[in-house]
Amino acid sequence: MPTTAHAAHALGDVTASDSTLRRFLHGLPGVDAVGLEARAASLGTRSIKTTAKAYAIDLAISMVDLTTLEGADTPGKVRALGAKAVHPDPTDRTTPTTAAVCVYPDMVAVAKEAVAGSGVKVASVATAFPAGRAALDVKLADVRDAIAAGADEIDMVIDRGAFLAGKYMKVYDEITAVKETCGTSARLKVIFETGELSTYDNIRRASWLGMLAGADFIKTSTGKVAVNATPANTLLMLEAVRDFRAQTGVQIGVKPAGGIRTTKDAIKFLVLVNETAGEDWLDNHWFRFGASSLLNDLLMQRQKLATGRYSGPDYVTVD
Amino acid sequence: MASAFEYAPAPESRSVVDIAPSYGLFIDGEFSEAADGKVFKTVSPSTEEVLSEVAQAGTEDVDRAVKAARKAFEKWSALPGSERAKYLFRIARIIQERSRELAVLETLDNGKPIKETRDADLPLVAAHFFYYAGWADKLDHAGFGANPRPLGVAGQVIPWNFPLLMLAWKIAPALATGNTVVLKPAETTPLSALFFADICRQAGLPKGVVNILPGYGDTGAALVEHPDVNKVAFTGSTAVGKAIARQVAGTGKKVTLELGGKGANIVFDDAPIDQAVEGIVSGIFFNQGQVCCAGSRLLVQESIQDELLDSLKRRLSTLRLGDPLDKNTDIGAINSAEQLARITSLVEQGEAEGAERWSPACELPSSGYWFAPTLFTNVTQAHTIARDEIFGPVLSVLTFRTPDEAVAKANNSQYGLSAGIWTEKGSRILAVASKLRAGVIWSNTFNKFDPTSPFGGYKESGFGREGGRHGLEAYLAPSSPKGER
Repeated sequence: MPTTAHAAHALGDVTASDSTLRRFLHGLPGVDAVGLEARAASLGTRSIKTTAKAYAIDLAISMVDLTTLEGADTPGKVRALGAKAVHPDPTDRTTPTTAAVCVYPDMVAVAKEAVAGSGVKVASVATAFPAGRAALDVKLADVRDAIAAGADEIDMVIDRGAFLAGKYMKVYDEITAVKETCGTSARLKVIFETGELSTYDNIRRASWLGMLAGADFIKTSTGKVAVNATPANTLLMLEAVRDFRAQTGVQIGVKPAGGIRTTKDAIKFLVLVNETAGEDWLDNHWFRFGASSLLNDLLMQRQKLATGRYSGPDYVTVD
Repeated sequence: MASAFEYAPAPESRSVVDIAPSYGLFIDGEFSEAADGKVFKTVSPSTEEVLSEVAQAGTEDVDRAVKAARKAFEKWSALPGSERAKYLFRIARIIQERSRELAVLETLDNGKPIKETRDADLPLVAAHFFYYAGWADKLDHAGFGANPRPLGVAGQVIPWNFPLLMLAWKIAPALATGNTVVLKPAETTPLSALFFADICRQAGLPKGVVNILPGYGDTGAALVEHPDVNKVAFTGSTAVGKAIARQVAGTGKKVTLELGGKGANIVFDDAPIDQAVEGIVSGIFFNQGQVCCAGSRLLVQESIQDELLDSLKRRLSTLRLGDPLDKNTDIGAINSAEQLARITSLVEQGEAEGAERWSPACELPSSGYWFAPTLFTNVTQAHTIARDEIFGPVLSVLTFRTPDEAVAKANNSQYGLSAGIWTEKGSRILAVASKLRAGVIWSNTFNKFDPTSPFGGYKESGFGREGGRHGLEAYLAPSSPKGER
């Protein structure tokens, strides 16, 4: 797999200076909002039934980053979350594990222990999540803490203020610094907080900026603002990773986060992946759902397919 | 198509529609056999299964239908507009209530995907009746003078590509303005018009206001020629349109013609590429390209040709072709063996003339009439496939270097029905659109229809407008002192 240094080379080193980076990002094809949303809506009308639905539910479960990001998180809650990630449905051991549990840095060690030996990864939202308003060395210290505690994945937020002010190089430098800190110990997910970037053109630029800077994943949002993952912004990011691989040979993952609560919605996102980026992304190494309440709905739908009957919220575990 | 995530078949139920083994002509509110007893079969293009046997109207039947419409005209035209509106609103609501049934029927008879009949055709059919119902009591304010009068009996001949939608485009404004109607649906798709006859009865529409005469071209010719028809409305091929124009010349009949097209879809280098690709796809592969305003000529700026074609080919590889009743089908069947033969022959000619043909890997069903989505590159203005309407899922790609060249090539056609412009630059949209000779110009979208928007062509694409306020004009005569006509 080519590296991101290779990627920069393939694009003619567009990150040489502030102005080359700006020219490159502003030279990306525009996004027509009406057309983008219409395409996302039309893919949402795909009818997924029977075996395809069973496949999609298991795939979606395996792509969940089971998340708790509350100020009130306790070790007990994180341990419960870890247990659930390993055995999402205690009544049915054929249920796949989730991809990861996602916690604040101070909970990484607890989470790591809770999922030990299961293959479930531990992701941590470092870099002064969710606002990202701290000095770079504070953010890097946050990342180092999480990695020292054993985090397999780092979810970083970009400095939206810098991005909106057009200081692309500042954002680029921060991402590369975090990437360097992650080294080979952790994969890096870069969160754009798309709801704050406001336009689709900005989301496309942020996607390319993140990929150029070495993101292993690009992620829509923190789940902490009004507008989080939508079919349209996820479709747009899937187009970006698809085009990036076509130009550079480097494959980047995508993670919509926040607001995806039902099986029906999750399946619509999988259809977006399938028909936009393609089957190479239909794997939890390349696509994730940042969601906590989604998992229970997936489990209830899975039980419905297995038994023919709807169960209820008491047949799945509370977190 | 990705192999990791195969969508299971998701067929719409056929049981929601009850197709009778045979249907008659609908004249004066009753179904009856043809005077000479002739019938023809209508088949499902995706399976070649015979769906029903339909009476074929002859000259005598045409005469009977026109007489019924003439008789009904006296009362219908005398009704206050608000009364006519009530019937139209009622029809619109019944269409909405029966939309699933009608969508399945249309898919069975026409071959187009259920996704399109369900999400495009039927909502638009209902919308047209609602829209013109709203005009029925406001004709004095439509801009055609005070108290404009209906013309009389309208003879309407419609094509097979949007059977029910074309019926709505014709019947809704005709009834709203106080005319009565004799309509001939296409020979390959008569069923939804016959179901519409039933809806007219369900709505309590007075007898004779709407008459439906299934048949072939000779039935249409007899209707157009009938001396007591006051207005002829035709949608279909340019060749037939020309014949109709000759037939009615000098008779005093009013005519509107919606004919063929060879729409240019112009993509500039600053276009939103991903959305342009979607627009190109809907422009030429919507309804298997069997659309008169299809964007069948792609004019792409030379500098982005490779990038755009790569994206387009990748996108075409995700199109799902097959059973049109499957809710996941994007590309259905070609309407008839005859149309399939025409497409095939034009495509062969394209290859013979040196254009480069490409289709995605795509398995065609073993029965029925099918044609894979097809792309031609290295096409020039001199190629037949750049000039003649193919009316199938075949896109010809040409290039240009400057906006002037794009305009010159787009206008260099005997047709002028539609065009598309793709650019992020607003001033360019306006500058280019004002130079294009086409009836409908879409910018950063394609194949969008709305009852409030007039539709019609330049040059060999016909004359007159349907839809919108303009659509009323074709069915109205300016007011004049009493007793004069």
